[in-house]
Amino acid sequence: MSVDKSAYIAGIYEHPTRKAEGISLAQLHADVARGAIEDAGLSLKDVDGYFCASDAPGIGAMTMAQYLGLNLRYSDSTETGGSSYISHLHHAANAIAAGKCSVALITCADNQVASGKFVGLGGVSWAGVPEVPFEDVYHAGPLSLYGLVAQRHMHEFGTTLEQMAWVKVAASQHAQYNPNALLRDVVSLEEVMASPAVSDPLRRMDCCVMSDGGGAIIVTNSEIAKTLKRPLVKLRGAGEAIKHTNGGRLDITTSAGVVSSAIAFEEAGVSPSDIKYASLYDSFTITVIIQLEDLGFCKKGEGGKFVADGNLISGVGSLPFNTDGGGLCNNHPGNRGGITKILEAVRQARGEAHPAVQVPSCDLVIAHGTGGSLAGYHGSATAILERV
Amino acid sequence: MSTTKQKIALPESNSDTKTYWDSAAQGVLLIKRCKSCDQTYFYPRPLCPFCMSDDTEWLKTAGKGTVYSYTFAKRGPNFQIPALITLDEGPAMMSAIVNCELADVNIGQRVKVSFVETEGGGALPVFSPE
Repeated sequence: MSVDKSAYIAGIYEHPTRKAEGISLAQLHADVARGAIEDAGLSLKDVDGYFCASDAPGIGAMTMAQYLGLNLRYSDSTETGGSSYISHLHHAANAIAAGKCSVALITCADNQVASGKFVGLGGVSWAGVPEVPFEDVYHAGPLSLYGLVAQRHMHEFGTTLEQMAWVKVAASQHAQYNPNALLRDVVSLEEVMASPAVSDPLRRMDCCVMSDGGGAIIVTNSEIAKTLKRPLVKLRGAGEAIKHTNGGRLDITTSAGVVSSAIAFEEAGVSPSDIKYASLYDSFTITVIIQLEDLGFCKKGEGGKFVADGNLISGVGSLPFNTDGGGLCNNHPGNRGGITKILEAVRQARGEAHPAVQVPSCDLVIAHGTGGSLAGYHGSATAILERV
Repeated sequence: MSTTKQKIALPESNSDTKTYWDSAAQGVLLIKRCKSCDQTYFYPRPLCPFCMSDDTEWLKTAGKGTVYSYTFAKRGPNFQIPALITLDEGPAMMSAIVNCELADVNIGQRVKVSFVETEGGGALPVFSPE
């Protein structure tokens, strides 16, 4: 019998706050770490691997290791913006398979909304970044960059504003059941269509929320996972890729998700049609449409048609997505949506999503992230999880 | 209105990019060309991003291209119509459309470069319909 080298997600936690008044950044990371460790039924001393991105204060994993009192034999501070945490899950699984650690903690947290010092992508400094002098003087940040993407996608494929609006409608249908969601009101197609333009063609309701909070995940080996009392959720496949402007040969309507998902699906030995639930990065509605195409849920250019008529709504459509309300309605701590994508995928796989949005027999789920900008560089990361 | 009344701060330059900004101040848009693999590229840097050769040169563009995509930045720091422009010499660059209403901008539209003066006597390349 072969040794099971799979990694299991044993603990998850999402901070309930959306505006972290009076909580330090380090404390937020500590709060979510404790929540996930407790959810797993483990203790601080069990953790021997720690994964964080630039939203964690200080230098890589060291600062929080000291603050938390972690004794580590493995750490990783891979930074791909909002998709970092899905990459961390992949890297934690590799480390676990290699025997380099046995209980890995991943944290994401931010408090920049409450601090009033909104700085963009949590923890990232843009000083000395080579493309900045050639780009930032012209535009107004991520809103502009994704406006450029949406405009081009509409031009190339005939994607419509109404199709983009369906993504927000679906997210709001789900968010109504999440007591912690920042925006719990259901919005109609008409309301999204009437939402004011903020970066043509994107309207306010095409954009994710800005929120504080965070989340954490515990990843462990099969031996430990099977001693715990939580449902067994196994990482079945994972992939990553980075795409950029390629010296100025642009193709901004296709993401690195083409590559990362192909790797993940091959490793998992499953195909998009097997997936029961999808956590998709929803920085903007157009991001979801492009990822659906790139992950193979529909053909390139048909993402708009795919999302129409409630096809992403749990209990209504063929592919329920972001049943926590996603970044569009629930939470986008530090402008980094990757951690919450894993959290809701695990809830669905465990059967612990809100009953109104729980997908029946949800044994195979996907969590996918796009960190950075589709108009510039971005890191895509895909994880396919299975309830066993 | 496409620009603010106050002059725009000149973006930071370094030894890799000083030639680009000095040239822009003279009303010339430069890109780089690799003499080893014959590819043009943007933004400028000393090593070719296609083959890593250091045998690269500055190439004076004709300052013409087409709109690859555009958006509207109501609260843009400097410009209201950020745009990606595919230059006739090959690479696309981030810039902005000026002297044109949003409703008159289209993807695929022909545009030509002009320069907006910045603080300190520098200049930024922007584009308007040909």
